[in-house]
Amino acid sequence: MTSDHIRKMFTLLFVAGFFLFLFGPLITMGLTAFNSSEFPRVTPWECFTVEWFDVLRQDQRLMQGIKTSFFIGIGVVFVAVPLGLAGALLLTQVPDRTRPWYYTILISPILVPGVVLGISTLIFWDRMGQMFFGDSVFYNGYFLTILGQSTFISAYTMLIFIARLQRFDPALEEAALDLGATHVQTFRKVLLPFLKPAIGSAAVLAFLASFENYNTTVFTVVSEATLTTVLVSKVRYGINPSISALAVVIILITLIGACYYELVKRRELRAIDNAKRVAGGGASVVQRRFFAEPAAWLILLVFVVGLGTAFVAGTTGVDECKVEVKEQKRVQTEARIKALNERRAKEEASAENDSVSPAEPRTRAKGTENFNSIFQKDNLEGQMDSSKSDESSDKPARKGTENFNSMFDQGNLQGEESEAETRPEPEPKSRKGTENFNNIFDPGNLNQPDAK
Amino acid sequence: MSADVELKNVWVRFGDFVAARDVDLHIGEGEFFTILGPSGCGKTTLLRAVSGFLEPSDGQVLIGGRDMAGIGPNRRPTALIFQNLALFPLMSVWENITFALEVRGVNRADRRKRATELLELIALPDQGDKMVGELSGGQRQRVAIARALAAEPDVLLLDEPLSALDLKLRQHMRSELRAIQQRVGITFIYITHDQGEALTMSDHIAVMREGVIEQVSDGTTLYDDPGSSFVASFVGENNYFRGTVVDTDVSYTTLDTPSGRFRGRTSKNQSLRKGDDAFVFIRPESIKFDSGLDNSLQARVRNQEFEGNFWQVFLDVEGENKGLKLSTVNDGRHHENISGDTVSVGFNADLAVVLPAGPLAAE
Repeated sequence: MTSDHIRKMFTLLFVAGFFLFLFGPLITMGLTAFNSSEFPRVTPWECFTVEWFDVLRQDQRLMQGIKTSFFIGIGVVFVAVPLGLAGALLLTQVPDRTRPWYYTILISPILVPGVVLGISTLIFWDRMGQMFFGDSVFYNGYFLTILGQSTFISAYTMLIFIARLQRFDPALEEAALDLGATHVQTFRKVLLPFLKPAIGSAAVLAFLASFENYNTTVFTVVSEATLTTVLVSKVRYGINPSISALAVVIILITLIGACYYELVKRRELRAIDNAKRVAGGGASVVQRRFFAEPAAWLILLVFVVGLGTAFVAGTTGVDECKVEVKEQKRVQTEARIKALNERRAKEEASAENDSVSPAEPRTRAKGTENFNSIFQKDNLEGQMDSSKSDESSDKPARKGTENFNSMFDQGNLQGEESEAETRPEPEPKSRKGTENFNNIFDPGNLNQPDAK
Repeated sequence: MSADVELKNVWVRFGDFVAARDVDLHIGEGEFFTILGPSGCGKTTLLRAVSGFLEPSDGQVLIGGRDMAGIGPNRRPTALIFQNLALFPLMSVWENITFALEVRGVNRADRRKRATELLELIALPDQGDKMVGELSGGQRQRVAIARALAAEPDVLLLDEPLSALDLKLRQHMRSELRAIQQRVGITFIYITHDQGEALTMSDHIAVMREGVIEQVSDGTTLYDDPGSSFVASFVGENNYFRGTVVDTDVSYTTLDTPSGRFRGRTSKNQSLRKGDDAFVFIRPESIKFDSGLDNSLQARVRNQEFEGNFWQVFLDVEGENKGLKLSTVNDGRHHENISGDTVSVGFNADLAVVLPAGPLAAE
């Protein structure tokens, strides 16, 4: 092997590693969307299914979040694009000496943390409402989020417009004026058509930046919920693969958009080449219409075939597969229970032999037995399955919660709370704060000695 | 239809820099008028003052007798053809041409019709639906002219419009421009640094240097009777000797130079006195291989260049380190290599002009 080979190998490895780093998470997440497992995971693979897309469709909160995000995104486009354009045009008008100052001021929202923007937007408009109307009239999630996001997104769009305007020949504007156009006509007929691609890019960028924004939105959204805030709350309360399904949909839309853009771009390049050839005295090559492009059809075909295969494979034989998987699990669980019982019997036998050590208490407070042998390898699954079989019903447990042993289950927490509430007052004789630091931070706790 | 243009004591200042200094010009109705000068002399500034992109710091611009102060470029009866043409890249040829009509609210059918007429005028029929990018340089040039003409200006301003073209096309466009000007009959003000363009096309030429108009006259006068040493050295090629005036009268002046004593015509435009520092200018084609003329000198041939119809012979002359250039018509007799030879050359006093010493054009 020569050093050249090694270098090539190294390059290849690096590229592979790089792409794995970039796309590994996406691919893994995409795969989990098609696994019937209740928790997003690839291994163990249970059944190929598209049911999570259905779950996604029926998730009211998520759907409402997407809708809200969509409207806010549109709103941001309509605020941030004109603002960005105005900023970029201003920079072309101010004298060279003062331009860096204007630029710094206009760009500064990008440098301010989104959290700060969010809080300040909320406070500012609340104060404004209080000052002028004596009421929180601006306390509207849509209004505040559009404004809050636009503060920094308009700086992004401005950068796009600046880049485009730098390539604008000011002589074109002068030519239009010289030919009798008013300033408004010049703007509309010369500058605006020139900026059209930039307006498109800026609109897409503004929409995407708004759609995926969390840290500003979480403060300004008030009582509404956007996609990102819904997703975060979902992660907090337990997720299921419908989120992966959403990721797959978003990735697909992105891919289609990218392919379409690439195609359009190539057509433009070809048109320019053609124009050059014609100017040089060559023959003009007539461009095919867009849907006569073989590439367009190929992409469409791959897309449709992929979608169809996924749908067919994901809907046929899923139930049978599930039954099979359940049966397998049941068998495994039984084997485990048996093994566990045997082990316990052995332990008990040895405990009886060694009579000095007391038997471990069988029952414990809720949520503590889970930490019993937490680092034991097959503990989690075994427990999950045993809990399932203990319930001895076909109804699955709340999706995605059983792996965490319902630690984050809302009902779980509430259950404890209500238990505490209904718990009879401890006897006054017992020393407070000694029972496992149970209510150590109870405010009533401190007062108790005084009362005594 | 056509209008005259008058600049009265026009000054243009940019901070401390003076781009135009007390310019007085009268450009007659229907004239092809050229402002000629090296780059940076302020000629574009003058053009912008006429077109309205720039207000003079001082003085007046009148078009058709009307003072243009405070009137913007879109309300002046002028149309400007830009150095880079500034055709609208996103419009087709015919849309470009009729832009001036579009902004006036002329309907599409009428615009199309006018575009067809104008395309006919610039000899580009049936090219209206092409995009500007699909045209060649010369075609674009003509589209720019048609676009300006569509605005029906009284005065057409051209800012070095041919500078981007190659030599052949440039020469062709010269006669084309002249022909178009004569057909439409409006005033053309043409800006160039190329004296060849200026001489071939113009009715009158103003030579400009550092914001000052040095001379205004027709082409032949400019060439034969330059008004200053700058004009003499800038317009066409010229050899010169610097010396002191020893004798002068209305017709002839004699100079003492390090290379000898020469006699030339006295400039009509400048007055000279005995003892003045002065130049004598001799065109390369006026120097002959002939020692029997009014002035003669010995020279050594440095090298010679063959240009087909002409021989350019470069001579070293004692007392003059930049040498002389001599042009001689190729009559088939001078094909032998004479480099290194010592020759005697001469020129007639009528073909040499004596001017007071002053700035020269950069080589």
